[in-house]
Amino acid sequence: MTQPPLATNTSTQPPSQSAPVSSNYQPTSTSSYPFTSGNNLIQAPLNTNTPLKPLPPVTNSFVQQPATYNPIRPPVSNNSFQGPISNNFQPPYSVNNFQAPGGINRPPVPTNSFQAPLAKSVPLRPPASSYSFQAPASANGIQSPPVTTAPTLPPLSSSVPQQQNASYPQQTFRMPPGAYSQPNKHVPLNNGMPPMPASNQYQQPSSIPPLPNNQPPIGYPSKQPGYPTNTNYMSQQAGYQQTLDQFSNLSVNQGMNKMWGYEPHDLLNIRDILPSTKIEPPPIRLPQNLPESINCSRDLFRCTLTKIPETKSLLDKSRLPLGLLIHPFKDINNLKVIKTTIVRCRQCRTYINPFVQFLDSKQWKCNICFRTNEIPEQFLYDRNTEMFGDPYRRPEIQSATVEYLATSDYTVRDPPQPAMYLFLLDVSQIAAQSGYLYTVCEVLLNQLKSLPGDRRTSVAVITYDSAVHFYSLAEGQTQPAQIILTDIEDVFLPSPENILVNLSECYDMIVDLLKQLPDKFKDNLDSGSALGPALQAAFKLLQPTGGRITIFQTCLPNRGPGALESRENPNQRSNDEPPHMNPATDFYKKIALECTSFYIAVDLFILNSQYVDLATLSGVAKHSSGCIHHIPLYSGKNMSHVYQLDRMFSRYLTRKIGFESVMRIRCTKGMSIHTFHGNFFVRSTDLLALPNVNPDAGYGIQISIDESLTHIQYGCFQVAVLYTSSKGDRRIRVHTLCLPVVSNVNDVLVGADQQCIAGLLAKMAVDRSLQHSLSDAREAFLNVICDVLTTYKMTQTGHLTGSLLAPSSLKLLPLYILALLKHPAFRIGQSTRLDDRLYAMTEMKCLPLNSLLLSIYPELYPLHTLDQDPTFEWSELLVPSPRILQLSAERLQATGTYLLNLPDTILILVRHGTPPAVCSALFGFQSVAQMPENLYELPQLETPLSVKLNALIAYLNDDKAYVSPVKVMKDSSPDRMEFYDKLIEDKNSGGMSYYEFLQRIREQVKNS
Amino acid sequence: MVFSFAAFSYIVALILDAFLIFFAIFHVIAFDELKVDYKNPIDQCNSLNPLVLPEYLAHALFNLLFLLCGEIVSFIINLPLLIYHINRYRNRPVMSGYGLYDPTSIMNADTLNKCQREGWIKLAFYLLSFFYYLYGMISSLIESH
Repeated sequence: MTQPPLATNTSTQPPSQSAPVSSNYQPTSTSSYPFTSGNNLIQAPLNTNTPLKPLPPVTNSFVQQPATYNPIRPPVSNNSFQGPISNNFQPPYSVNNFQAPGGINRPPVPTNSFQAPLAKSVPLRPPASSYSFQAPASANGIQSPPVTTAPTLPPLSSSVPQQQNASYPQQTFRMPPGAYSQPNKHVPLNNGMPPMPASNQYQQPSSIPPLPNNQPPIGYPSKQPGYPTNTNYMSQQAGYQQTLDQFSNLSVNQGMNKMWGYEPHDLLNIRDILPSTKIEPPPIRLPQNLPESINCSRDLFRCTLTKIPETKSLLDKSRLPLGLLIHPFKDINNLKVIKTTIVRCRQCRTYINPFVQFLDSKQWKCNICFRTNEIPEQFLYDRNTEMFGDPYRRPEIQSATVEYLATSDYTVRDPPQPAMYLFLLDVSQIAAQSGYLYTVCEVLLNQLKSLPGDRRTSVAVITYDSAVHFYSLAEGQTQPAQIILTDIEDVFLPSPENILVNLSECYDMIVDLLKQLPDKFKDNLDSGSALGPALQAAFKLLQPTGGRITIFQTCLPNRGPGALESRENPNQRSNDEPPHMNPATDFYKKIALECTSFYIAVDLFILNSQYVDLATLSGVAKHSSGCIHHIPLYSGKNMSHVYQLDRMFSRYLTRKIGFESVMRIRCTKGMSIHTFHGNFFVRSTDLLALPNVNPDAGYGIQISIDESLTHIQYGCFQVAVLYTSSKGDRRIRVHTLCLPVVSNVNDVLVGADQQCIAGLLAKMAVDRSLQHSLSDAREAFLNVICDVLTTYKMTQTGHLTGSLLAPSSLKLLPLYILALLKHPAFRIGQSTRLDDRLYAMTEMKCLPLNSLLLSIYPELYPLHTLDQDPTFEWSELLVPSPRILQLSAERLQATGTYLLNLPDTILILVRHGTPPAVCSALFGFQSVAQMPENLYELPQLETPLSVKLNALIAYLNDDKAYVSPVKVMKDSSPDRMEFYDKLIEDKNSGGMSYYEFLQRIREQVKNS
Repeated sequence: MVFSFAAFSYIVALILDAFLIFFAIFHVIAFDELKVDYKNPIDQCNSLNPLVLPEYLAHALFNLLFLLCGEIVSFIINLPLLIYHINRYRNRPVMSGYGLYDPTSIMNADTLNKCQREGWIKLAFYLLSFFYYLYGMISSLIESH
């Protein structure tokens, strides 16, 4: 707390922010306004005096700055500091404040809002440019000293309007609501920014050349009614500005209001809540003159709040969870790989990133722990020009996502681990009946050559029923020899060197084996499944090297150690409290931990036709950073299953893989990691052990705020994944995300990222269901949404009774929550197999956000209107963009055809009334009646409609791990419920309709 | 008789309590080490888990003695902790070995904080009760003379 007066401000903030602005407003004190006061925390010492003495001598303000100067900021910036200040003084004032000469000593508000970040940014960007402004600084400073407040303005300067108000006559606020141009809006609705800033914003970049154009107009007041002030302006400035201009400002304002998300939505009155196109994550407005594009891609790294609350109490007040969802190993196209020096903070070991401050040519300040570090000379050396130059040219500084080729300091062992793949195949009676082995062996045969790896890559195959079968593939042999181990209580390895063999040396033998396997076991009548012993054998085989174990399991393991019993009672499937969601034994967890310590990951493919106790089995993948795939009721006769397994397994085999991996997450001092979500082993408070890392795994991290962040304007999170690539080199992939810190509840709410929140809540709810109970988790969902909307209601004044207000940043959250409550993971009332529920829960925990959202709230597209939809070009295809429909049966026309985009499949529903023209154009059938009930492959026709549909599907698949199989079904198909079950906005046995749900929330919000 | 059964109970309680104090100190240190990254959670759980049951049994043993010799006040003082121990062990995670701590969930910030707080509270309780047992022992020795 560097500034005591401010500290008190926060604590005295009234609990309810709903008081009308005018009553709260006090022209003499900047800190009286409840919302803006928080912001002042940072800047108060400088600007408290501004409204009081409108024209302090310029010298005064200059002397003052160093004194109150935040110690956190480097001393070096002192000289550069003046540069930006000078900025404040000059053109903006004279140019922008057209009304200033009118005699009202109004501080140039918009200028402030603009320059704040600039001044702030000084330490970050090279000071060179700022020097040029020094002269004007002194000249202009005399006319407008209040501007000196700018240097310490926080990024989100909601204080701006407040200062502005400070100089207006108070009656401006007493404008009747009727003065607003929009009749159906009431006072709080246009809580956006005053019109003047808006207009100034547009002018400013041209008037001050040094201001970067990409500087986002940060921070608008949350509650100040802008329109009344606007009208007031009009009367004052008739001479300066045409009234017409004012009106254009007005409309600009309304647009801006919407744009910044300050406009409240009454959820009960909006029928089409879902935007018709894909929802983009809310923008992050960086406090510096850094372009937004420098931040880490949101596909990789997302935070639930794009504006971090500065204290824990503020976070608690907003009632939103703070957390990160990361997809660190996603396939990226243009990744910058750095082969030279790795520059890290000496204290916290943070990798240098675009958000550090360069104090001078020798030092940089860490943005995580704030230590000042030396810049190594090599870092400044530019290879292209062979000169020592500017650190800003370095790729580390230009990109928030980089990959380093690590030196030997980063290796676990030398040489790094080769790619080792071990396949454990269940060949029991049930497995033979399912016929999965044909598909798996075929895919494996096809992909053997494309397995990632180098010359050292090795492969082994182990099968098991009630015994464990090894296959000796030694070089001298002509045929693969089977070794059967029946003593499964005490597993040992017969001739390990012949079982795990080099892929390139024994290629033919492996191919032979894979060709023989399916037929060999096709009539197996052994009903035993000794998964435990097989796993122990696999572990022993890979122990010296590490690697990956892939298990295909079709039934409940019932032999040897790790044998399980069927715990599911089919009558309890729709219970409110399904039992047995936790593991029955810790055998699988223990073996997973052992595997982790030897860098072995275990992946599961569950292709069951009956209960397999996924609750227990999943432990083996969960704690060893494996992945779990599940096709319920798998049957080799069901083509959609076969296609899905084929694509899933092909992707699995060929995707990038990292071995011996660890992931560390660092966050700016003051924040810490509370909980991790995903598949891994937590080795220490910020370190995850990932024996394997794959590009389809997402992770969640809950963050807690331990100390006040009032002294900083932005917080950073850095994720670093250290791994061994399949080629045997050691690499570090680093992602850094930078977010502004704000002091105002409304800003926090408006900056919320609803999709990310839904994703994090889902992960938290899984923990809750497993540790407590499902009903607890369901209740928690409801509480979150009610609490958040209650908080938002408090920040709004004069709302209509009976409305349910939400900012546009959170307007979809109730929809997502309802969808989650009806998701197989959390639903009650509908019959859900325990394995399916547990699988849905593991998906919640480890799917990356884009897939998770499709799983929660799938996208529904109408296909019969494809030829009317606008198209856009994407990788040489003309992709139509049909509007996304809400998941309700009322949106489906009887004459339509619809596509439902799920994370692992695409379902197309052909309603019975689909016109023959559409039917033949899309599927090549003369009419719906001639179509089969189900179609597992989409015909590639020459018709424009079919071309468009295929382009659309290709586009949708691009976002997914593997190309989803398409399933076309008619209204009369027995599988149609797969489609109709996803219409979650309708009332069904699983719960209430969306409207009922909203009404229930409203009741709770009203009561609280 | 040189000393009563009550005095004997107090002497046993004193000795066992001294051990419990050491256990509590070890517990606090172990969780602190976890928090500041020095130790691997698997190792740490392996060293903590074998100590859980001995601690609970030692505590239960001298409480049984208190009950048998009619030192109701001492027993009641310990009763909440006894119930807590029983409850804690009943709700332990699924594990094949003895003990309470699961390396996969122990690093959760809530669990870590809870365990650390538990360690400190127990340490304070055992320390205070140590002096109380000392007093109890002396007073029962004086009474028996």
